[in-house]
Amino acid sequence: MNEQVTGYWLATLLQPLVLLLAAPLLVGWIKRIKSRLQNRRGPAVMQPLRDLRKLFAKQPVVAKTASPLFRAAPYVVFASTLLAVTSVPLWSIWLPSTTVADVIVLVGLLGLGRFFLALAGMDVGTAFGGMGSSREMLVSALAEPAMLMAVFTLAMSAHSTNLSSIVAFNLDAGVVLRPSYLFALLGLILVAIAETGRIPVDNPATHLELTMIHEAMILEYSGRHLALMEWAAQLKLALYGLLIANLFFPWGLAERFTPLEGLGALALVGGKLLLLGALLAVAETTLAKMRLFRAPQFLNLAFLLTLLGLLSNVILESGL
Amino acid sequence: MSIAPLTLPGMAILASLASALIALGSGRAPWLMRGLCLPLLALAGVLAAGAGVGVLNTGGAALTSLPLGLPGHPWMIALDRLSGLFMLLIGLVVIAVSVYAPGYLREYEHGEDSLPALGFFSGVFIAAMMAVVLAADAFGFMVCWELMSLSSYFLVAFQHQHSANRRAAFLYLLMAHIGGLSILLGYAVLASHGGGLGFEAMRDAALTPAWATLAFALAFLGFGMKAGLVPVHAWLPEAHPVAPSHISALMSGVMLKVAVYGFVRFCFDLLGNIQTSWGVTVLVVGAVSALLGVLLALMQTDLKRMLAYSSVENVGIIFIGLGLSMVFAASGAPTLAALALVAALFHSLNHALFKGLMFLGAGSVIHATHQRNMEQLGGLLRRMPWTGLFVLFGALALSSLPPLNGFASEWLTFQAALQAWSLHNGLLRSLIPITAAMLALTGALAAACFVRAYGISFLGLARGKSARKARETGWGMRAALGLLAVLCLLLGVLPTPVIQWIEGIPRELLGTGLPHATQHGWLWLTPVSPATASYAPLWLALGLALAWGLTALLLRRGAVRKITRGNAWDCGFGTRNARTQYTATAFSQPFGRVFGMLFQVDAGLREDEGGGTPRYLSQVSDHFWGWLYAPVARATLLGGRLASHLQSGHLRHYLGWTLATLLLLLWMIS
Repeated sequence: MNEQVTGYWLATLLQPLVLLLAAPLLVGWIKRIKSRLQNRRGPAVMQPLRDLRKLFAKQPVVAKTASPLFRAAPYVVFASTLLAVTSVPLWSIWLPSTTVADVIVLVGLLGLGRFFLALAGMDVGTAFGGMGSSREMLVSALAEPAMLMAVFTLAMSAHSTNLSSIVAFNLDAGVVLRPSYLFALLGLILVAIAETGRIPVDNPATHLELTMIHEAMILEYSGRHLALMEWAAQLKLALYGLLIANLFFPWGLAERFTPLEGLGALALVGGKLLLLGALLAVAETTLAKMRLFRAPQFLNLAFLLTLLGLLSNVILESGL
Repeated sequence: MSIAPLTLPGMAILASLASALIALGSGRAPWLMRGLCLPLLALAGVLAAGAGVGVLNTGGAALTSLPLGLPGHPWMIALDRLSGLFMLLIGLVVIAVSVYAPGYLREYEHGEDSLPALGFFSGVFIAAMMAVVLAADAFGFMVCWELMSLSSYFLVAFQHQHSANRRAAFLYLLMAHIGGLSILLGYAVLASHGGGLGFEAMRDAALTPAWATLAFALAFLGFGMKAGLVPVHAWLPEAHPVAPSHISALMSGVMLKVAVYGFVRFCFDLLGNIQTSWGVTVLVVGAVSALLGVLLALMQTDLKRMLAYSSVENVGIIFIGLGLSMVFAASGAPTLAALALVAALFHSLNHALFKGLMFLGAGSVIHATHQRNMEQLGGLLRRMPWTGLFVLFGALALSSLPPLNGFASEWLTFQAALQAWSLHNGLLRSLIPITAAMLALTGALAAACFVRAYGISFLGLARGKSARKARETGWGMRAALGLLAVLCLLLGVLPTPVIQWIEGIPRELLGTGLPHATQHGWLWLTPVSPATASYAPLWLALGLALAWGLTALLLRRGAVRKITRGNAWDCGFGTRNARTQYTATAFSQPFGRVFGMLFQVDAGLREDEGGGTPRYLSQVSDHFWGWLYAPVARATLLGGRLASHLQSGHLRHYLGWTLATLLLLLWMIS
């Protein structure tokens, strides 16, 4: 039993380190697939990691008009995102960190990071920064409730907001087709696309002034500050991937954490994430970016889907 | 040494009354205000907070009658846990306000505004709020309630040379009296069935469901009017901003909570036997208030008006909690009802702290720049670093972000809502998730609202001359902000001790507390059971600090430590100045477009009358003015015009009317 507890703590402590390495690779993988689909060779999968190393070695330039908040924000964004990914089961079902931060806290942590990201965008006093912040807050104001509704659907079924308990419940239940889960999954995918700034809501590759959202906020960053912001964004993409993969398709997670089982679970989760990444690349290649004022309709759809999921859960499936 | 439980609160009330009387002399000697009145108020705050903590710790309702009141109906006062929590809340904000006020009032000392009036009515206002919370009979309650309304009316009308302020004050007075009348009628229903004005007698009143519903409706209207629930909220964003900022902090932070207290006392304690339909009403009204409040806050450019609308939002969140509690209580789930009630009361305390902080912070901004309009502010964080830091804490708490206190209470509300699956009624099971969705939307919009408010006023470049010349405020004003900011952080990181205090209130009112709330020790918040949900805010805060610290430490090494300062990049556009920044209106424009159907936006080109340059103006207003208030006002005027036909100017007509009335009354009696 004692060994078991050590195993869980080990899983919790190693998880952020693994994800710190894996998140840039996932982004590199998506870029690679996308390039291939567009008949380009594309950069190596390792390229995002190399970019980060390069940025960390560069001297940051900070605008003369920036306040102390500008320099603190990358750390807050990075720390809160890191904590958020630590509280989602990656390989072991039982994580001590899920009792510290349940799924509502997870959404709150992402909100904390976003709050500082948007403030940092407004700090230097450029038009682009403010524009990015305004749009980011609009998108998130519509996406965050949809995300909460999606996870509430799962929480209502498992009667718990603890992510470990939710995963364990879904594993126990086996393959049951629940309409509410289908709605929640669809909604969560839409939210993930919007929140991680992918096509069709935002374009991670653009620096075209009038269309960018996320890039507009971090326009003034350079050096290690930019590296932290980029890394946090990559972690966030991995986090949404993990949520979709491990909450809805939890098969393969280690019940008790031993090195062997852990590695096996990691391989399976890695496979799921690579598959999701490939799907995202296909979607991004076939879709075009929407106008900003189309995005609310897209997110309203997500909200409606997740709300339908929650309602069908409490009306049809509640354990009576 | 043992003191009777009512000594401390009694002394607190006496201290604030003494402060009020002494303030009358401060016209001749302004030092009296700083040297005696405000320290007395601080003392009153400390005494009230001490009394609150004492009774929350040990419990026990002490009932005493006072040698005041009507013959045969002495005033009764009592201090139980519910009163204790609100005494604590009043005390904490009053302490902060009285530390803040000396610096803030300095410029009033030589102005044309009357310092004695301000000091007198502030003292009476604070004493009346404390007395409302203590009152244990309807007569004393109503007298203190009216005293609270009237003294705050004079505070709203303090700068009465502006016609807008007079208008706001009149609207406030009108609404306060309609609300007061409604509460009075509610008490009348209880008193006539219980056979007495004392709360003891009212608790035993046996009401038929119809009478109970009538009493509930009257109380909900009356207290809801004072608390600023939609649709009877219109006075609030008019009245709160025009008072001096430390008074706004008291009105928004504390007086609205006194209304919440009144509602909880009336419905949970005196009325009892809660019905499901009441809970549903409260829940829906609360959810609508929260959503509309935050949307209207998001559209404001006046700092204090924005904060006032945000109070509507937060009162909405509190009433969502109360509504959930009533629904659960009516459906026979007392533990869940206790959870929702604790969430609502905890949010009341939290909102008092962070809204107090924000209004005082807005006061500091106004003190430094003489500007309430966000569009003229900017870059204040660099000029007022301490104020900026403390206000940032308030903004984070108001946006309900972890690890601050606003998040803790919203988390509890969500936990209560997520237990909806245990209800048997399918309609309720689907209604509660919809309100949870509205609460989630409200939280996300609140974050947008405070990113905008903070980003526009404290970050970026100064948009106006006054903002460029802003200087940091004196130590007293900063200390008050610091006190509230630290309290916000403390309650956020260590909510369990406070929740253990609050948990005594549902034990007194509903018969059950939260048996599992601290099952895993004081670090872990496990409201329902550890398996259902747990949150360890202290660990979370430490984790954040650790991640931040480690990252910073790792990056501190090497040759790239130093940063260089340069011009902003801005995609290479070189012409950057304060006017090319994003404005507050621009920031909220997309929100106006998406949620436009929920309020009225008038935007368009206006030609100046003087033939000057045309300006593009946009104005946001409430739908409810047109839907509710304007028709009522028109009907009143019409009624007045019709009644004026009676006024013929002939004595014989008037005598005739008198005779007719007498005959009518005689007929009715016989």
